[in-house]
Amino acid sequence: MHLTSVLVIGATVIALLVLAVYVIAVRTPEGKLDHVGGMRLVLWLGAIFPTVVLTALLLWALPAMRPLPHQSGDLRIQVQGEQFWWRLRYEDGNGPGVISANEVRVPVGRTVVFDVTATDVVHSFWIPGLGGKMDMIPGRINRLVVKADKPGIFRGVCAEFCGLSHALMAFDVIAMEPSAFDAWLASARGVPARADGRGAELFSANGCGACHTVKGTPHTAMIGPDLTRLGERRSLAAGTLPPTLESTAAFIRNASRFKPGARMPAYSAMPIEDATEIARWLRSADGEAGR
Amino acid sequence: MSLHDQDDPALRAAQEKRLRAVWEPPKGLFLRWTDTNNNQVGVWYVLTAFGFMLFAGVLALIMRTQLAVPENDLVTPGTFNQLFTLHGSVMMFLFAVPMFEAVSIILLPQLLGARDLPFPRLSAFGYWSFLLGGLFVSGSIFFDAAPDGGWFMYPPLTTRTDLSGLGADIWMLGLSFIEVSSVAAAVELIVGVLKCRPPGMRLNLMPLYAWYILVVAVMILFAFPPLIAGDILFEMERLLDWPFFDASRGGDPLLWQHLFWIFGHPEVYIVFLPSIALFAMLVPTFARRHLLGYPWIVLAAVGTAFLSFGLWVHHMFTTGLPKISLAFFSAASEAVAIPTAVQIFVFIITLWAGRVVWSTPLLYATGSLAIFVIGGLTGVMVAVAPFDWQAHDTYFVVAHLHYVLIGGTLMPLFAGLYYYWPLVTGKKLSDRLGRTAFWLLFVGANLCFFPMHLSGLEGMPRRVFTYPEELGLGGLNLASTIGSFIIASGVAVIVLDLCRSPWRPKAARNPWQAGTLEWLAKPEDENWGVRSIPLIESRYPIWDQEDFVRKVDEGRFFLPDAEEGRRETIVTSVLDARPVAVIRLGSPSWLPMLTALALGGVFILTTYHFYWLALVSSFATLGLVLTWLWVGTAETPEKPCKPIGHGLELPLYISGSAAPGWWAMFITMMADATAFSGLVFGYYFFWTRHEDFPPEGMDFAPGLFWPMAALALGVATWVATVAAREVHARGGVNLARTLVAGAIVLAMAGIFAGLAGPWLSGMDPAAHSYPAIVWVLALWTSIHSGIAAIMLAYVLARSLAGRMTPRHDAEIRNVTVYAHFLALTAVVTYLTIGLFPEVA
Repeated sequence: MHLTSVLVIGATVIALLVLAVYVIAVRTPEGKLDHVGGMRLVLWLGAIFPTVVLTALLLWALPAMRPLPHQSGDLRIQVQGEQFWWRLRYEDGNGPGVISANEVRVPVGRTVVFDVTATDVVHSFWIPGLGGKMDMIPGRINRLVVKADKPGIFRGVCAEFCGLSHALMAFDVIAMEPSAFDAWLASARGVPARADGRGAELFSANGCGACHTVKGTPHTAMIGPDLTRLGERRSLAAGTLPPTLESTAAFIRNASRFKPGARMPAYSAMPIEDATEIARWLRSADGEAGR
Repeated sequence: MSLHDQDDPALRAAQEKRLRAVWEPPKGLFLRWTDTNNNQVGVWYVLTAFGFMLFAGVLALIMRTQLAVPENDLVTPGTFNQLFTLHGSVMMFLFAVPMFEAVSIILLPQLLGARDLPFPRLSAFGYWSFLLGGLFVSGSIFFDAAPDGGWFMYPPLTTRTDLSGLGADIWMLGLSFIEVSSVAAAVELIVGVLKCRPPGMRLNLMPLYAWYILVVAVMILFAFPPLIAGDILFEMERLLDWPFFDASRGGDPLLWQHLFWIFGHPEVYIVFLPSIALFAMLVPTFARRHLLGYPWIVLAAVGTAFLSFGLWVHHMFTTGLPKISLAFFSAASEAVAIPTAVQIFVFIITLWAGRVVWSTPLLYATGSLAIFVIGGLTGVMVAVAPFDWQAHDTYFVVAHLHYVLIGGTLMPLFAGLYYYWPLVTGKKLSDRLGRTAFWLLFVGANLCFFPMHLSGLEGMPRRVFTYPEELGLGGLNLASTIGSFIIASGVAVIVLDLCRSPWRPKAARNPWQAGTLEWLAKPEDENWGVRSIPLIESRYPIWDQEDFVRKVDEGRFFLPDAEEGRRETIVTSVLDARPVAVIRLGSPSWLPMLTALALGGVFILTTYHFYWLALVSSFATLGLVLTWLWVGTAETPEKPCKPIGHGLELPLYISGSAAPGWWAMFITMMADATAFSGLVFGYYFFWTRHEDFPPEGMDFAPGLFWPMAALALGVATWVATVAAREVHARGGVNLARTLVAGAIVLAMAGIFAGLAGPWLSGMDPAAHSYPAIVWVLALWTSIHSGIAAIMLAYVLARSLAGRMTPRHDAEIRNVTVYAHFLALTAVVTYLTIGLFPEVA
């Protein structure tokens, strides 16, 4: 990064300079420097030099403090920090918003506006590879504008301490070619095909629908993450577990073992086969089963 | 008594015998803890703060062990959160700030050629409060109940009682108690510097350490109160559900962040400047010349202090601030590097101009300078907002702040330890062990913290109990962990050196051949401070003034005797240090310890919701404070004046602005007014946050009538008090008593009028931030009216008991200072809550 290299090189040069002055100072015998000369050195080294360097630095860095420009038609993604996951809503003006969780997709080369907030505690939204961080503060909506310039997968994390599982609150960002993104968003607007079966029944019978939404079923609660497209996500439980049947089943049976402080109750009495069935059903949308 | 009398060795011996008897510390298993002399209290204070540093260091080692490898499970996340919260809080509140105050309590009287600080019992009170509060806060981790919200305690995580337990209350109430003792010590140190200098030591002859104490104590005075205001709002929310930080009821979590960082940033300089002050004492000694550019360094210190209050927002660069704030606070944060650079180059250039004598203290100073410069430069980097957006809340900042604090606080303190150990104990520490420890610390600190710059830039956030293996941060973290254990081994070597010290031989007097006043101390030190209080004509009197040490030792300067068997010191004028009076100092007493226990009881019992017992404890505190004042202050001397040598005769009683007590009251009230302004800031902050403030349906609360009545009563209390002071000074004792009695009635009426507004208009403080902040302002002001009534009643009682007379009137003069501030508080409060809704 341009700014970082300038700062690092500048700091290194100045540190070496101070060291050099110090070495000269302790090696110079007494009497070589009189009061007037000494005060002149203090003036130049201590006052004038830093003033000039810092003023230049400030003037040079000021333009970078401006947020990226954006327009009303740009893709907006609302992100709400929760203990300890991410609630997402995509708005591109071409239809109803798309709700998702814990994995962000952005189109390469287009400006994306993140409107970030929180309801429970303060979190901070940070994708180190794409831009600076922005705090998510209850009662406020902060705006972060980013533009990915090449396709790829970035890791995002919560950067503000938010409780027991602060360290386990991450997400993936997938920067996609614009056409692929548009196709994905259009399909996410629809209802994925999903095999009915024991998993669906167990999901209902265990009351999972009291907290989670699965589009195309009667379950529309908004307390926990939307599970409609769980199968396509690259990780489980906000970057904590691999996206496998086994880990999904294990997480269902005891969420706080993997994520201390998570709100989801433990279903330790549930047989492992049942949990696996639920997991299989959740991951089965659009032929992604078995991943 | 003339100078020639001092030629008589028998007379000198008799004087020394009397001084020794007067300053004899109390002996015995229990009685020794009643001591108030700075030589004892200061040492307890230093040892306690050092102990807390070791404790917090062990917490850090546990954290580093947990983070040594990815996905480790040595400690649970809950324990880890307690560890980092307590590590930061203990290092800041129980080590860095108290250590500065402790060192100053030991050194300041020596530096000023005073026998003790003006309020020795206040120092003792501060110490006992610190010990009690510190044990309370740090002990909590052994019960798995330590605070776990980070040392910054951001709400709502910490205010929601369903998300955070008792730990949050322990942090708020325990540390508020410590903050009170810190402010008490600051008052003591400011008055000490301003009023207890030796004759002739004008402000521009003051040792630089005293300048720094003055600057830092003034910073404490203005920095801690906003935090105390924040603590009040915080506990009101936790205990009573008043929604100051709850966004769903009109509160705002950012209000806490502002109040915390208005304290938190100056705090960095509060713990850094005293270390620079130690440099300012030892660099001239080892350069064998005066410090070059004395006025520059004083101005730079004042400038740093001033700027440090204008850059708190750089801790909030990622909270979504407008561009203009980013630019302003970025500029201010970079600007503070300039006075810092001036101070550093003053030291370097002094070494350049002088003859460098290598020693262990100078080695530590050099090493800390190197580390500090790196921390300062990364500080400039994070001051650039766009860089900070990446670095904020990552290990880069952890690296930055530890470079600053190790280079700017810890290592300079070790330099000071090796430099001043002979002053306090009469024995030098081992140079060999000192150098070994230095290299362990220096290598360890760099190995521990340098890799953190990299792990931060690679995206490792702070305050994580673990990190995934895939991120590839394992190597850097392992290096940091190894470094932390090397630091610990360095500290262990220092502890070993200290433990061996009692078996070492006495060192020579003034072993470093320094030029400043504190080195008058003899290895077999007497408790009395200086043998006679010198006349100062130079910044380095031992180097510059002829026969200086001999004259002091032979009692040829001022106050060489304690004829009346009382502990005494000289009070001088603020600017030019003309002798003004001799004051009698507090002697050993149980009162400071008991008062600290009672006040601690109020905070600790409230933490556990024992409200009735807390109330009992607060009455006990009040009773003890009044007893302390009654028996220990403003006593009428047995004679009006006493000679102090050289034909000078000074009064034994002073009141008004010449007296230390008046200054203490004034300074305390400045802190009080600052806390109050933090609450007022809250009111207007909420106004800027809401379109509709007061909110719909509360437009007419608390009304105009009651606030205006309370305002009138507050002003009337003040008028009656001022009139009483004036009438009393002119001999109208009875009229003055009547006026004081009237002022008591007015103040009590002010309590009811103040609370009547919000009460009668039915404002529910739990409903919304507006009624909550109105209630807080009304309560604050009413409590102050209540305290005024108690103070005035005390004045009346003193007058009736014959202890206050027109010639001896310190009580009424000091209470008048309080009344000035009460009037100001009442005017601001009631204009705000009464009139502002009309115009908003």
